[in-house]
Amino acid sequence: MIAGSNLEKVISSGQFAVTGELGPPKSADLTQLKEHAEAMRNHVDAFNITDNQTAIVRTSSIGVAGVLLQMGLEPVVQMTVRDRNRIALQGDLLGAVALGVKNVLCLSGDHQKFGNEPGAKGVYDIDSMQLLKAFKDMRDEGKFIGGEELEAPLSVYLGAVANPFADPFEYRVDRLEKKIAAGASFIQTQCIFDLERFKRWMELVRERGLHKKVAILGGVTPIKSLGAARYMKNNVSGIIIPDELIDRLKGAEDKKAEGLKIAIETIQQLKEIEGVAGVHIMAIAWEEVVPEIVERAGLYPRPKL
Amino acid sequence: MSQNMIIAERKPLEEIFEMLAPYRRIAVLGCGTCVTVCMAGGQKEAEELAAAISIHRKKNKEDVAVEAFTIERQCEYEFIDQVAERLKSFDAILSLACGVGVQTLVEHMPELVVLPGLNTKFMGYPTEQGVWVERCLGCGNCVLHLTQGICPITRCAKSLLNGPCGGSAEGKCEISKDTDCAWHLIHDRLSGLNRLDVLKEIQPPKDWSSSHHGGPRTIVREDVRLDSGK
Repeated sequence: MIAGSNLEKVISSGQFAVTGELGPPKSADLTQLKEHAEAMRNHVDAFNITDNQTAIVRTSSIGVAGVLLQMGLEPVVQMTVRDRNRIALQGDLLGAVALGVKNVLCLSGDHQKFGNEPGAKGVYDIDSMQLLKAFKDMRDEGKFIGGEELEAPLSVYLGAVANPFADPFEYRVDRLEKKIAAGASFIQTQCIFDLERFKRWMELVRERGLHKKVAILGGVTPIKSLGAARYMKNNVSGIIIPDELIDRLKGAEDKKAEGLKIAIETIQQLKEIEGVAGVHIMAIAWEEVVPEIVERAGLYPRPKL
Repeated sequence: MSQNMIIAERKPLEEIFEMLAPYRRIAVLGCGTCVTVCMAGGQKEAEELAAAISIHRKKNKEDVAVEAFTIERQCEYEFIDQVAERLKSFDAILSLACGVGVQTLVEHMPELVVLPGLNTKFMGYPTEQGVWVERCLGCGNCVLHLTQGICPITRCAKSLLNGPCGGSAEGKCEISKDTDCAWHLIHDRLSGLNRLDVLKEIQPPKDWSSSHHGGPRTIVREDVRLDSGK
């Protein structure tokens, strides 16, 4: 056991893990976020808190994590390298752990041009690989990037993201291997809609035995409407939505019900793929359906460890 | 000798008219090197801009005396000295040099009012007539040997050092379908050279102190200084 988080315990026990995602609001009023979290309390093993996702200013990930901890819920704090330099990132890791955070997910972050402050200076002092390695070294070597020693040991369960749908495809497995070397114990993938491509990626992952070195949680997003599917297909770089999926939604009378069904089927298929250790459900602006998805996908009740 | 390294663009006319408003005798000073080659601030552009300023003033029935002339480089004292007396006869100099030229003028002749006519954009080159691309950020610690001649600091929107992020799709960057993903290019180049192993090493955090983040930079080379006392 590295940090002894609930997520780590579920993964270590070999049971299929389920994480959810909460996007903080553009205000300090967390009433609705807390309601969503409460509704999912018994349905997910941990809650990812996004870090100013799509470069839109929101309540900070660590701030929300503190609130979740007060509610007795387990956060996965997402940290991007877009807005903070190595001084702030390392300091924030210490702050997060001091609050009681045990899981941290390291990522690059969407470019600031997509957000509501497109004139912002992008920091990118270090990249996501270096962030992972830095946090691993703080934990395992007791050292900061600059070489100075931490004054006390640090314990944290580190994760990273992988996007099998980005290019160059053949590089995506190399990148996963590199992230494992840099310190990732768990991986959450980009939303999976193109299952065939995901399966091809997993084949390459298994060829190198990487699924035994890291817990891969497949990303699942229920699609709420045809418009949302088309938007993602055309505007979100690194997400692939096959035409068949668009057609299936188009043909459905009840788009929402169909979207849910697709998400549940995706999870059921992911459960059958060797080397997939769990799912990460990102029900963006549709958090209330997470319990139903988890139940209908046969992942309820969650293990109590 | 001409070179093309610093790429600039003329400021919007309205902005130029506004900054020049308090002045009557105006010199539009072209620069004969980088900005001449990138067609932003040479003699031709200086003359065109001088004409535009005159027309604008006449339209508003305002008095003006504008002259356009060019020196080889505004970033060298010896070329500034060639027109020093002439420059003193103006209320304001609208410099069509890069930001370096504007500041060299001010440092060498503090009595002048010097205004920027250009926005200095980047270090780069033209890929074709009318298209210029950025290729160097001047980070002070070149990594082109690692990436076989394609700069990830400049050409990756996130200046990543460890491969393409999850926003790379079909060879393009997440910020725009018109922008190549630098790491896709690097990947393909390394692949062609059978050097993909380079991508597997974790590149450590970059020391940005060699860049502007370490503060304004000065290079002193005693071996070539004239007053080094050798």
